[in-house]
Amino acid sequence: MEVAKGEGLDVFSFVELDKSEGEAVEELKARSKEPIPDPDRWLDREIRRHVLLSRLDDILNWAQNFSTWPVVCFPACCAFELIATAASRFDISRFGMEIIRASPRQADLMITAGTLTWKLAPWVRRIYDQMAEPKWVIAMGACGISGGTFASSYNVVPGYNRIIPVDVYIPGCPPRPEALLYGIEMLHKKIAKRSVFQEG
Amino acid sequence: MTTTLSGREVSSKLGKEFLGSVVESTENSILVKSESLLPVASFLKTAPEFAFDYLTFVTAVDYNDYFEVVYHLTSLEHNCSLVLKTRCYERENPVLPSVVGLWRGADFQEREVYDLFGIKFEGHPNLKRIVLWEGFKGYPLRKDYIQW
Repeated sequence: MEVAKGEGLDVFSFVELDKSEGEAVEELKARSKEPIPDPDRWLDREIRRHVLLSRLDDILNWAQNFSTWPVVCFPACCAFELIATAASRFDISRFGMEIIRASPRQADLMITAGTLTWKLAPWVRRIYDQMAEPKWVIAMGACGISGGTFASSYNVVPGYNRIIPVDVYIPGCPPRPEALLYGIEMLHKKIAKRSVFQEG
Repeated sequence: MTTTLSGREVSSKLGKEFLGSVVESTENSILVKSESLLPVASFLKTAPEFAFDYLTFVTAVDYNDYFEVVYHLTSLEHNCSLVLKTRCYERENPVLPSVVGLWRGADFQEREVYDLFGIKFEGHPNLKRIVLWEGFKGYPLRKDYIQW
């Protein structure tokens, strides 16, 4: 390109143009080495406000911990301590357990409040079998643990663990409501250790 | 309050047809022969001066030599009560007449006595086990019952 000199139109300087072009390329090249900014970066703050990362086990166990609904299985006198525990003074609804289900299919927990006779044993086993997994059993009182005073009787099951698996044992004849609540807390600790990806 | 009738007084008021049926009458109870249990019980229920229309309970006692079955009767009309007893000396196959025909309330309690003592009640409409399960060996409330 030829530009007439002396006309005051020294606008196009090839040297200047090439130089500026080279600078622009170099600048772009240098910027291309920088990490590409995250287009969703603005989301971070929202996510931090609404999303909590945790383990699946922890979430499931937390949910199950506070909705262990007991099934009706109260063959004898420990039932009155359980009723007292369920009523307003001791109040097991603090643990999400205020609904004591008449249907085993809606229950997770069997609190075996009372002496069990062999005649009744198949029916308790049937109630346990009807409960949906996962399910737990608390053996409440001396009779629930070992048959208690009646252990050597001809018609008393010496402990519920002879017919169904038991998770927590609460001694006492009968145990006070505080003891039952303590046993429920122990069961919560046991549930919290559970993993959904393995048995138990 | 319900008056407890003296067995002696009651047995003295039983008619002549019951001569020889009463074995023993004490201040508290009246003991009759097992074969005359039903006539005496029927009389005590129907006679207007007694009118024992309500059977409080039936139970049995093992005295090793014999079984004694005890009937506690109550008259709601006269507000009085009486203990009627009978004995069964047979141990292998004890049989007594059933009073279900007179008092329907004896139904379950005679079944319980049958279940735990092995005493059969003749004339019971549905004599089968009530508190133990089918296949249970022995009679647990007998004195000679050994569990193991």
